[in-house]
Amino acid sequence: MALDWGVFCKDTISGEVAEHCLSSIFGGGSESDPTYLDWLMSAWGWTILVAALSLFLALVLGTLIGTLRTIPSGVKGGRWLVLLATIWVEVFRNIPVLVQVFVWYHVVPAVFPVMKAFPSYWLVSIALGLYTSARIAEQVRAGIQSLPSGQRAAGVALGLSTFQVYRFVILPMGLRIVIPPLTSECMNLVKNSSVAFAVSVPELTMFAMQAQEETSRGIEIYLVVTALYALSAFAVNRVMTWIERRTRVPGFIAPASSTSAAH
Amino acid sequence: MNRKNCVVLAASLACIFSSPIVWGAGTLDKIKSTGSATMGVRESSGALSYMISDGRYAGYHVEICKRVLTDIQNQLGLKVLEIKYTPVTSQNRIPLVQNGTVDIECGSTTNNTARQKDVAFAVTTYVEEIRIAVKANSGITSLNQLNGRKVATTTGTTSVQLLRKHEKSAGVNFDEVFGKDHADSFLLLESGRADAFVMDGSILAGNIANAKNPKDYKIVGEVIAVEPIAIMMRKDDPAFKQAVDESIKKMMADGSLGRLWDKWFLQPIPPKNALVGLALSESTKQAWANPNDKPAEAYQKK
Repeated sequence: MALDWGVFCKDTISGEVAEHCLSSIFGGGSESDPTYLDWLMSAWGWTILVAALSLFLALVLGTLIGTLRTIPSGVKGGRWLVLLATIWVEVFRNIPVLVQVFVWYHVVPAVFPVMKAFPSYWLVSIALGLYTSARIAEQVRAGIQSLPSGQRAAGVALGLSTFQVYRFVILPMGLRIVIPPLTSECMNLVKNSSVAFAVSVPELTMFAMQAQEETSRGIEIYLVVTALYALSAFAVNRVMTWIERRTRVPGFIAPASSTSAAH
Repeated sequence: MNRKNCVVLAASLACIFSSPIVWGAGTLDKIKSTGSATMGVRESSGALSYMISDGRYAGYHVEICKRVLTDIQNQLGLKVLEIKYTPVTSQNRIPLVQNGTVDIECGSTTNNTARQKDVAFAVTTYVEEIRIAVKANSGITSLNQLNGRKVATTTGTTSVQLLRKHEKSAGVNFDEVFGKDHADSFLLLESGRADAFVMDGSILAGNIANAKNPKDYKIVGEVIAVEPIAIMMRKDDPAFKQAVDESIKKMMADGSLGRLWDKWFLQPIPPKNALVGLALSESTKQAWANPNDKPAEAYQKK
């Protein structure tokens, strides 16, 4: 089996080998038609865009919902907030992600016509963001509940309001604890963004399915797409590891390790 | 793993990936010596090739292949010829024909230049026309009316590339939406997310026939492109190709191919007795009148 990497330099209109492999990006031949490499790059961009939008949504909502699930019953209206957050988590994590994507794409705009104007990448980002927010909420809740109850009690004893207890005592510690599982969740989001192909977002998976049909070079195309997914997920992993190291409180969670001793 | 093991592993992997099973003798000799032939079939390629029930396959191309194999059986003087059915997919059909798992593939494979480098095709038995399906009340009658409108098609099909080429050559711009399969693309049209669905005529006809209200949709406009669909076999086996071609040409000449068309496309077919309702197209008639194995590229030049 001979691999032919030249397939990426082919023109997507005529199928001939193009003069400039990356014509439309570096402007080498901006007049010419895009090559498969150009298309691959734009597909990678779509994957990253969908993953980033849904990650933003998932982190904001996940932290909020996860926090709400831990509100003590003594707080006024707290029981309702806990119930609301619990329903949120159970609804969004119990439905398969592809089904949720279809619900947002086909069903929701049929019920609320105003959403017909939303581009499909927004809808898929909402679907992925809400799905992942339920998972992140559970991790945040686990992080908060792993803190000794004395922390909350100490905050209350100082006269802090419930909001202040969360803002200054509980969340700063609880969120540090959940960075490792959050890392996996963020990496999952990059890979889960592949469901966007099903609702017409021209991202990497759609590129792979379409380009392998057009070029009959499926192995080369899938190898490159696989590498790009792995690279994107690994980049997320590096960023999260960096955040984890920067925010570490020496002596908390991990015992003062060799890295902190070196400082 | 030490270096020696590494080399052995690499060499054996290279062997697995690089050498398809090469039959010293041709397919005809293989059929004669084993008394069996393996037919590659599709699970759901419309009326061309599909599964009726577990392990039973039927369709226009499947029936043509059965007749071809009967002719070959007579030619070889075999008393019995066992036909083994192997379901194939778009992704594995070419490798399976190349490595000898499948002797004759009877599905819905487009004959094009890229594939002719790897496999051989029998004379074209079916010419697919790429058409436009729209809602009957939309008033759209041609592709050029779709400038700036939403056009649905299915990911992983040649229609996507075709639309791109048409946009470039006609200077129009479609807002393309992609369904993940044909049913999904049709749903885009049905729900109003797309104004038109561009796809193989037989697929459009099949989807419309199965719609809630088939009268709400119609197939309109010019034929955007034609693609020869043919029976596929191993490359560089002229004796087998000749036997297959002769048998098909005989069916074209004596009118039995026309009767097969009627049976599969104009009459109710098993298992649900559904009707495809696809009239014999001008391009298919021409392919029967002048049997040839030209690739799709030769059709586009016309």
